[in-house]
Amino acid sequence: MKYLSFPGCSLRSTGRAYEESIVAVAKALEIQYEELKDWNCCGATSYVSIDEMDAFALAARNLALAELQSAEGTINLVAPCSACYLVLSKTERYLEDYPNVSANVNAKLNKAGLHYNGRVEVRHPLDVLVNDYGLENIAKRIKYPLKGLKVACYYGCQVVRPFSKFDHSHYPVTMDKLVQALGAEPVDWPLKTRCCGGSLTGTTQEAGLRLNRLLLKEAQKRGADIMVTCCPLCQHNLECYQERINRIYKEKIELPVAYFTQLIGVALGLSEKELGMQRLFKKPSLEHITHPKGEMANAW
Amino acid sequence: MHGNGHNEPMRIGFYVCHCGHNIATIVDVKALAEYVKTLPGVSISREYKYMCSDPGQELIQKDIREHSLNRVIVASCSPLLHEHTFRTAVEKGGLNPYYFQMVNIRENVSWVHTDTKAATEKAKDLARAAVQRVFHHKALETKHVKIHPDVLVVGGGIAGIHASLTLANAGKKVYLVERQPTIGGHMAMFDKTFPTLDCAACILTPKMSQVKNHPNITLWTYSEVSKVDGYVGNYKIAVKRKPRYINEELCVGCMDCIEKCIYKEGKTPDEFNVGLSKRKPIYIPFPQATPQIVVIDRKTCIEFKSGRCKKTCIEACDRKAIDFTQKEEIKEIEVGTIILTTGYQIFDASRVPFYGYGKYPNVYTSLEVERLVNASGPTGGELILRDGRHPKTVGIIHCVGSRDKNTNRWCSRTCCMYSLKLAHLLKEHTDAEVYNFYIDIRAAGKSYEEFYDKLLDENVHFIRGRVAEVSDWAVRPSEEGKLIIRAEDTMIGIVRRVPVDMVVLAVGMEPQADSQDVRRMFNISCSTEGFFLERHPKLAPVDTFTDGIFIAGACQGPKDIPDSVAQAGAAAAQALTLIDTGEIELEPNTAFVVQEECSGCRTCLTICPYNAISRDEAKQKAFINEALCKGCGTCVAACPSGAIKQNLFEDEMIFSEIDGLLKMEQSACC
Amino acid sequence: MLLNANLEKKKTMSTIIEQEKNTNGWEPRIVAFFCNWCTYTAADLAGVSRLRHAPNARIIRVMCSGRVDPQFILDAFSKGADGVLIGGCHPGDCHYMEGNYKALRRMQLLKRMLKDMGIEEKRFRLEWISASEGERVKTVINEMTEQVRVLGPLGLPKKFKDWDKELESLEQAVHGEEEAVHV
Repeated sequence: MKYLSFPGCSLRSTGRAYEESIVAVAKALEIQYEELKDWNCCGATSYVSIDEMDAFALAARNLALAELQSAEGTINLVAPCSACYLVLSKTERYLEDYPNVSANVNAKLNKAGLHYNGRVEVRHPLDVLVNDYGLENIAKRIKYPLKGLKVACYYGCQVVRPFSKFDHSHYPVTMDKLVQALGAEPVDWPLKTRCCGGSLTGTTQEAGLRLNRLLLKEAQKRGADIMVTCCPLCQHNLECYQERINRIYKEKIELPVAYFTQLIGVALGLSEKELGMQRLFKKPSLEHITHPKGEMANAW
Repeated sequence: MHGNGHNEPMRIGFYVCHCGHNIATIVDVKALAEYVKTLPGVSISREYKYMCSDPGQELIQKDIREHSLNRVIVASCSPLLHEHTFRTAVEKGGLNPYYFQMVNIRENVSWVHTDTKAATEKAKDLARAAVQRVFHHKALETKHVKIHPDVLVVGGGIAGIHASLTLANAGKKVYLVERQPTIGGHMAMFDKTFPTLDCAACILTPKMSQVKNHPNITLWTYSEVSKVDGYVGNYKIAVKRKPRYINEELCVGCMDCIEKCIYKEGKTPDEFNVGLSKRKPIYIPFPQATPQIVVIDRKTCIEFKSGRCKKTCIEACDRKAIDFTQKEEIKEIEVGTIILTTGYQIFDASRVPFYGYGKYPNVYTSLEVERLVNASGPTGGELILRDGRHPKTVGIIHCVGSRDKNTNRWCSRTCCMYSLKLAHLLKEHTDAEVYNFYIDIRAAGKSYEEFYDKLLDENVHFIRGRVAEVSDWAVRPSEEGKLIIRAEDTMIGIVRRVPVDMVVLAVGMEPQADSQDVRRMFNISCSTEGFFLERHPKLAPVDTFTDGIFIAGACQGPKDIPDSVAQAGAAAAQALTLIDTGEIELEPNTAFVVQEECSGCRTCLTICPYNAISRDEAKQKAFINEALCKGCGTCVAACPSGAIKQNLFEDEMIFSEIDGLLKMEQSACC
Repeated sequence: MLLNANLEKKKTMSTIIEQEKNTNGWEPRIVAFFCNWCTYTAADLAGVSRLRHAPNARIIRVMCSGRVDPQFILDAFSKGADGVLIGGCHPGDCHYMEGNYKALRRMQLLKRMLKDMGIEEKRFRLEWISASEGERVKTVINEMTEQVRVLGPLGLPKKFKDWDKELESLEQAVHGEEEAVHV
């Protein structure tokens, strides 16, 4: 199966490691992962608050382009960034369910010589890797099982709400199952889908920091060695403000936060550079896994 | 008798009912009556305010006599409501009741259309169709069917028990079939009942005992109905009696066998204690089980798995009551009426994973808590949690699984009251702080609101807000080791975190898991939620659309014990009406073969689901047994020669209806 | 904003209805055969619940959808119906056990016949509607009315008359020639 990739703006800037790792993993797993030509910003959550129809048209341009780039049949458009995933999913759903939205948006698209015929399905890489590719198939290719690594899986809100397309909206398990298949131990914690604050860390920082503090503290308390996420903004929020949180709230949070695709890449034996590991603020110590010397070390 | 009025001219009496404002405001009843008067064959065409009233019916009877009417049509409400009323009126007026036809211009017209012009046109079409149809009506005799006096009651909970006792006391023979090894149903599992706080077992066991000892009741427990044949008054039922491997005549319930079983302790989750304790393969569900007979569970007994058990149970029994060779038995009985009282199941709390059931050990369902506080329960009435602690704080979450688009839309009616009851009992047993998280408090029954007031005086905390989640995520040191309930307290407008030791989920009531199979076997319908469908929600809550079958209790919809008992009594009364009248009238809409036209092609033979059609080999023609025919008409439509006709629904009648409906269109366009 | 989308959707539907209405006042005529135990009861329920719907359907009550003879449907079309609707119990739920299966079998065959006759597929519909589905009666009647409206009148009675006239004139033409030959 061929997958079209929609990187979105974040994956080309702060979320660069996400794209690097996903491309590397796709290559290693021999998944056809081709970038959508001439894609544009999806509009994220901001545009839709201003003008819903225009926002749909902006996002739909990508859907129409996807149709042009593919042969007949359903097209799987993979959007790793959770916000892009949600915006594109919502656009796809509204164009399907509401004929007047479809008419309005297609009229706008027609002006650019484009048209959307309803053939795109918007997917998330987590869904694709676990449900399409399959955990057994990933497990077969593991070079370094992540034994002894305790991983807190953080889903954030946008991949599971409001559309829970591939997992339960309150207690998702896809990432946990993946982590288990990689040989690591997923930490069972109740805040998997609690909001990280999104852009609040930029606008009303105290609110954003407060939310992130709760997540990091609980994950660490439950014994997590590392937290993995599937959204570039979540990753940024959780990783980048730990010193500030420690200072303000007198905490001792010291938790590496990586992309789940980077974790897969480590288990598959890919190099640090390929996975963009050097871009992480807090590099997780995984040498005992990737460069095992005799017995596995117990703790860090 | 198949006489017809074809030889004499039609003298049709047509009546339009205003039904107060219900019909008259939308359909122009005057214009309708005037229009119908112009149709051929119509002698009288009147409109009247309430045709179903006494004066309305008398009007018809007067006209029949004075104008020698030979057909009557009433355009009013649905035939499902008043066809019988008007047929009786027509008969009293001296005319065969089957010369009557009804036109539905209320449910099908005035109540669903707003355009008066279109509605009146539609009413005219329907009226014209009826006028053309009645020409072909024939005088028919109502079928009378005898009612067998015995009754089958399916389900031995409180509703089934009450219905059985009522009927048995009225002198009727009752078969009470229950699939558990004992009767008592859910009520036997409760500790106390609201609002009186009577001990449930204390008020139930005398009734159970009466059932056991009543000479008119045949109690078959550990049994299921496996086949239902026949029709009202004449049902042939097959009841499958599952083997207990105990001789019922000999066992006295001493339970020595249970003690001596080679299992030193139970390994199977005990169903009666909702899995909170374990039982052995040989067991009695609870001490007051009725009948007081032990049962061996073949799925967990070693003897059945390996055949090499020492069978210490047999040694222990000095009455020689244990019999491993016992087989399943099919009992065939004949009854005239059936009452279904199969009860409910509770909502599966694992469907709402954010409440932590199954994840956190100290989250319980209400039914589990009933067993915990019960003196004969798994902890002897002491409130000990799964981790051994005694709770100092308890949260009770209302509406679990109910009033929710994502799970069940309906309100389960009993949960508010039983949550209040549990709050009281928990406080009594532990003196813990109790928090009830509710959306609304539904305390509508007698003394229910007063019970709620009493709890307020007992310092139970009430927080109005639907609980969002239960988790073990502690934010402050005081929350460590507790379950945190997060809910918006809508009265004060903030989101609260309430740390508790124990969470009780007030799970809702649902139809039984096999309710679809059961209702297909008895040929009744279910409503959209899956509860058995009553004939009319207001006026016939215990009747079904199938004559002779009644429903009562929670299988019809969530309800508490007093309502279940009331419905059980009502169902018993309905059954008694049939039995004491001795016979029932059936619509004579059966099919018959016009032998001269039958070509002997055999197409109809396999079509009838009731095997009512057979072949007369001598004449080489088909023959229909009127007693078995239920009047569906499938054979009528299938017969290639048109030799089979259905009374009341003959081809000519339907063709003339079609013609009548469309006639105006034809003349309009050409 | 979801609300806006819904309103827009409704507006679009009603403009369609308005447009079609203005074609010389013709209204679709639909004959409906409803089984007594399920669909007729559901129609009554729709009435009791005041679920307003299009006035274009005329109901004929039968005890079971299995009673519906394909001849009824053909007769209805030939007498001027623009659409025919049959309502029965859901498969497995027939009050008479299997009547609705027999109806289903017959109607599958009838559908092919109708197609061969040039009667559009959307003019004939077989629906399973249970006794508690009043809402569905409303939806199906509304939907079918609109679909038939788009197709326009079937007009078989007029067509029959026209064809009869054609045949008559053809007959006369042939008759005239024969006479000429004899002469």
